[in-house]
Amino acid sequence: MQGFWQRFLGNPRVALSLLWLFFIVAVAAAAPLLAPTSPFAIVSKPFSPPFGEFLLGTDSLGRSLLAGLIYGARTSLLIAIIATLAAVAFGTLIGSVAGFYGGIIDDVLMRLSEFFQTIPSFIFAIVLVAILSPSADSLVIAIATVSWPPIARVVRGEVMSIKSREFVQAAIVIGQRDVAILVGQVLPNALSPLIVTGSLLVANAILIESALSFLGLGAPNLMSWGFQIGAGRAFLRDAWWLVTVPGVAILLTVLAINLVGEGLNDALNPRLRDL
Amino acid sequence: MSEPVLTIENLSVALPSWADRPLAIDGISLKVLRKEILCVVGESGSGKSVMAKSILRLLPAPHVCVAGGRIMYEGKDLLTLPLEDIRAVRGGRIAMIFQEPMVALNPLMTIGRQTDEILEVHTRMRAAERRKRIIEVFGDVRLPEPEHIVGSYPHELSGGQRQRVMIAMALALEPSLIIADEPTTALDVTTQAQILRLLKELQDRHGTAILFITHDFGVVAEIADRVAVMHQGKLVEQEKVNDVLLHPRHQYTRALIAAVPSLTPRRIAHRSPSQSAGPLLLSVSGVEKTYPARGGQFSLSRRRVSAVAGVSLEIAKGRSLALVGESGSGKSTLARCIVGLERADRGAIVLEGTNIAGLSRAKLRPYRKAFQMIFQDPFASLNPRWCVADIIAQGPIINGTPRKTALGQAAELLRLVGLDPKAARRFPHEFSGGQRQRICIARALAVKPKLIIADEPVSALDVSVQKQVLDLLDELRTTFDLSMLFITHDLRVAAHVCEEIAVMKDGLIVERGATADIFATPRNEYTKALLAAVPGREWQQNVSALRN
Repeated sequence: MQGFWQRFLGNPRVALSLLWLFFIVAVAAAAPLLAPTSPFAIVSKPFSPPFGEFLLGTDSLGRSLLAGLIYGARTSLLIAIIATLAAVAFGTLIGSVAGFYGGIIDDVLMRLSEFFQTIPSFIFAIVLVAILSPSADSLVIAIATVSWPPIARVVRGEVMSIKSREFVQAAIVIGQRDVAILVGQVLPNALSPLIVTGSLLVANAILIESALSFLGLGAPNLMSWGFQIGAGRAFLRDAWWLVTVPGVAILLTVLAINLVGEGLNDALNPRLRDL
Repeated sequence: MSEPVLTIENLSVALPSWADRPLAIDGISLKVLRKEILCVVGESGSGKSVMAKSILRLLPAPHVCVAGGRIMYEGKDLLTLPLEDIRAVRGGRIAMIFQEPMVALNPLMTIGRQTDEILEVHTRMRAAERRKRIIEVFGDVRLPEPEHIVGSYPHELSGGQRQRVMIAMALALEPSLIIADEPTTALDVTTQAQILRLLKELQDRHGTAILFITHDFGVVAEIADRVAVMHQGKLVEQEKVNDVLLHPRHQYTRALIAAVPSLTPRRIAHRSPSQSAGPLLLSVSGVEKTYPARGGQFSLSRRRVSAVAGVSLEIAKGRSLALVGESGSGKSTLARCIVGLERADRGAIVLEGTNIAGLSRAKLRPYRKAFQMIFQDPFASLNPRWCVADIIAQGPIINGTPRKTALGQAAELLRLVGLDPKAARRFPHEFSGGQRQRICIARALAVKPKLIIADEPVSALDVSVQKQVLDLLDELRTTFDLSMLFITHDLRVAAHVCEEIAVMKDGLIVERGATADIFATPRNEYTKALLAAVPGREWQQNVSALRN
């Protein structure tokens, strides 16, 4: 395992990305301390430029952009991570059952996942939020619903290949029950691709959440980066910072998560690089 | 003495810092003479493959690299030759044949096209000439109907045919040296005999020198002119074949030769007749298993392949039966049916009076304790994420033994199979192939079975390790009063551990009887062919003649 951490943290892109992510997580966790006022509170005159009274200026209603950014980190990360966890849990369940039992069960479950995959995911998410009425819960449900099929596919493929390995057959011969084999023998060996896909999914979830909030389908009483961009887009020429600052925050965070995901992949599958 | 084609002078190859020793090859000097077959023999890890790869500069840089020495070929040092020139030597002047022909061939290209590529790169022949040459070499290596087979894909050929294609590709440019890295290890005994004969014949006809790498002294006896023995990266002996085989000087060579399973059949010795005629433990009758043929997705008539076509056999308590046959003979399928990994289509499998054929996994579970399986590949049959103690104790824990007791028993079993009980907390990847197979044996024994089904348990191991594992199995059989169904393609191995043999071909048992009888008077044509194909048969007979 020591080799893993060396390979993982020794990668400069991973180290920088992790640094950024830790920073964002710390900011999100300490949001009430860093920004004592509510992000929706009107604190000054509208459109005050950055580096004035407020570090990043104010928006069209006179709300502090920095406070919004700090609370936005909270919303974006929380929704993205919860949605990803839900998608990973559901996708793993479907994928492992399909891969392990095969046959008709596999056919049915995979046609089901294909049904979800054929609908353009973002439009599907919009429809779901519109039906469920915009709230944090419905955002999580919508994001998880459109994100689980790739996870199910990855897990199914892994389970199918691991299932035919001899140590699984040895467990069958010893008399272990199916669930125990699946949980104890098969899934731990499918962990590395799952972690990689899952981490990349977080980035995707942040993007979907921001896009939904941009369209005004976000949680109405939670400040988020996408909402800030949506609110500021009309004033792009007069107050460029309203859109640029949260945009850069999204860009950097998504990029960092993707780089960490790739770094995980390289570190977990060292054979791709060595030899 | 003819002049050398290839001279290796004081070659050393360095391994990366995390490897078990600093040098993969430590100052080796050897010569390959014109028109000779030089066999390089050694266990896995002895550095023999690394040496072969360093000749063509195929070492996985930058981790493994040449630390010193020269490899002289046609007056030039291959190690300092510019890459451009090395490319011309590779395939053109020196060709290489690999162990696993399925992996070495591109599955998406016809074999004709793959051979054509070599000619295209290295010669200026026109398409028609190239085709003529390809058909010529395919005929040369005895591929059936060369005009038609050029359009086949690798998966349409058998393992032996694929290896013939590899040899044809190696021969296409008439190289002066062929490096063959364990070219027959992945093949059946009969196919191996054919390929060895073919290599020898081609070598006589074309006068090519061959550097042949193997771990099996039986193969050496069949093919070699001279032998070089490697151990831990060092050359321990380099002599004419007869000198090494009949009068090995170095102690390591002697140990390697002693490990070759002897052809002396085992007799029903250490058991009195009354014991050996004990009650039936397993009785298999009329078992059949067919699979839908592959590739028939769009064809209307679904072809079916019959893997096991009505097999009956019995094993009495305390006896062991070897099931011998080539790959595809259905012997593994039969074993999988018996342990319930596959369901037999028809027939009865009666274990101590209960028919277990056709039972579902859940219904079979109570009977599982009575029989256990040992698998072929010790690298795939242990869960890499579990420590050894947990792997061994798993069976008893499922069957209700308290965890603590089971772990204690696991340590005891480790000692029994010749491993240090302290190794219990370590993970499978820390063990060698032979040690892993010992762990698999311990796992099988943990539930105190009456019958062990061993599916080619030693075919993935080196010859020297094979013998140790076989001896261990034999010893444990007596200690635990086990019956054994031993599946193998190697008659030498069967003779070593089993007093009875059943020969299987195309899903049927063609001959069965006491090992000694079958070796002395084989009746079936196929059994005779199998016996004749055992590598090093004449040599072993000579050795035993010498001893008597």
